[in-house]
Amino acid sequence: MSKKQTWFVMIVLAVALVACLAVDLMLPSYHIAVTVIKKAAVYALVAVSMNLLNGFTGLFSLGQAGFMLLGAYAYGVLTIPVDKRAGVYQYFDGGAIHFSIPEIFSNVLGDTVGTTVGMLAALLVGGILAALVAYLIGLPVLRLKSDYLAIATLGFAEILRAFFQWNALGPITNGSNLLKSYPTFSHATPYVVLAGVMIAFIVLLIRSTYGRAFKAIRDDEVAAEAMGINLSRHKRLAFVISSFFAGIGGGMMAMYMGTIAAAPFKSTLTYEILLIVVIGGIGSITGSVLASFLYIFSSEWLLRGLDSGTFLGINAPDLFKNGFRMAVFSIIIMVIVLFFRRGLMGDKELPDIPNMIRGVGRRKKEARK
Amino acid sequence: MSENILKVENATMQFGGVVAVDNLNLEINQGEIVALIGPNGAGKTTAFNVVTGVYQPTNGAVWFRGEKIIENHPQGKMKMLYKGEHAGEYSQVLAPTPDKITKLGMARTFQNIRLWKSQTVFDNVLIAKHCRSSSNFLSAAFRLNRAEEARQREEVEQLLKTVGLMEVKDELATSLPYGKQRRLEIARALATEPQLLLLDEPAAGMNPQETDELTAFIGQIRDQFHLTVFLIEHHMNLVMGISDRIYVLDFGKLIAEGTPAQIQNNKRVIDAYLGVAEDA
Repeated sequence: MSKKQTWFVMIVLAVALVACLAVDLMLPSYHIAVTVIKKAAVYALVAVSMNLLNGFTGLFSLGQAGFMLLGAYAYGVLTIPVDKRAGVYQYFDGGAIHFSIPEIFSNVLGDTVGTTVGMLAALLVGGILAALVAYLIGLPVLRLKSDYLAIATLGFAEILRAFFQWNALGPITNGSNLLKSYPTFSHATPYVVLAGVMIAFIVLLIRSTYGRAFKAIRDDEVAAEAMGINLSRHKRLAFVISSFFAGIGGGMMAMYMGTIAAAPFKSTLTYEILLIVVIGGIGSITGSVLASFLYIFSSEWLLRGLDSGTFLGINAPDLFKNGFRMAVFSIIIMVIVLFFRRGLMGDKELPDIPNMIRGVGRRKKEARK
Repeated sequence: MSENILKVENATMQFGGVVAVDNLNLEINQGEIVALIGPNGAGKTTAFNVVTGVYQPTNGAVWFRGEKIIENHPQGKMKMLYKGEHAGEYSQVLAPTPDKITKLGMARTFQNIRLWKSQTVFDNVLIAKHCRSSSNFLSAAFRLNRAEEARQREEVEQLLKTVGLMEVKDELATSLPYGKQRRLEIARALATEPQLLLLDEPAAGMNPQETDELTAFIGQIRDQFHLTVFLIEHHMNLVMGISDRIYVLDFGKLIAEGTPAQIQNNKRVIDAYLGVAEDA
């Protein structure tokens, strides 16, 4: 990276962070802008984790929702305050677990710091749980290729969802009832910072010798193996790391939603994430982040009016009612896929943007001549 | 430890009822350039794939630097189907994956070029260094392997200078002309620090001038990197000009072995290549 590019990246990141802080300071935490940022940050992290697997290692996996579910449940189960457990687990005698990680930490570190550290620790546990399960599932599943791998991981995620709703596990998962009353971050900045740190790690990994090995596997498995790259080990590594971050993303999703049930972690969630990865560009981290903010912004905010009667000042309650938003949204996505075959960013990253803009300018100038 | 670096012992590769390589025996000594020739479909590439671990032989063994690295015997359904010889002589199953064999010090190129398409020339060679790095994913991500990474980058630059691809190091591998892609594949194989280099038709699709350059190049890297070279080739100029010894395969069977002069005058070889008149 040249000096100019480094500066450009720093400035973009700084502006993003300042904008996020400004939103937090000026708007109440229930404002739609805060919601959009929170949700987009979570989706960005999960999309990047999926991109690590699908875009950089070439493993077409659709298990993301399953790993998010693990992370979300781990977070909820470990952070609900002890005195609220009787209420949450009302059908299961107050549940089987009688401690709460944030409370344990706040006894030692004081309320504010302790709770935050405890929440982060619970997120980490969720990530590790997802990584462990990924390791076990990876042993048989990663022998499969392309579509078969996708089907196997998709199936696993669905099984996991059914499993978590099973009544026999009720004392831990609360069966098909909600988990709630756990601590969350009300501001948007913690989400952005957390997701940013995780994504930064993935970027560092991709730019290291391991990331290069992943790309070699994606480009040509036979050549990669012949050049001494242990396929099963590297594939498993990518799968486990991706699932770890999906788990953490799931925990953050739980924070953002305020309640946890197995229902939102359907395969639809995986498809949403996949859509973001494809729109952003398979093999571009920047693309995934950008696309997730655009996707969440338009689906949660910009196009809201299409469902509730008024859009862009046009009042047409007969047309703009429930479901119309998704119809318009689908058309937009088709247009994007048609005109940006390789996604918004292709395989380009943030430092390439100045060159891309300059390239477009030059082409326009040449066209004018 | 014996003098030979590679020894293939009674190797048979049978796919269903088809015997692609039939009871192959060959030895390659340290520092030699040995060619494996034969008409199309003779089983040359299959033999390469057995040696490099892509296929598990149906029966037989492979020794590398005095150590048995591959061994197998007919199992399951193959017990019934097996048509080759030496069936009862092997009992162990040793089937390392290609990456493990590469780490032992054997590297190969491919008949149909298999470069990593989205990567630059430099990265293609650098990735091949991955198997020689000692970092784990955490130390690599947190850049604790800076010294090693810098050393590897330095080695890759040296290697690219040696093979004459330094000027194009930042170009995409697939944008290179054909001859240079072949050269890059050899450079990539060299980056894994092999003692034995296996070249699968390195001159395929090259014109006479490029073939001559390649002949000189193979000799040059053999001396510079203290290599032993085992190659499959159809260009007889190259084979005869460079090889110390030649093995000839036909229908999976070894039909001749010897120096280039001996092979050129061998009747069975001539028959295999030109065919035998039926009424002769």
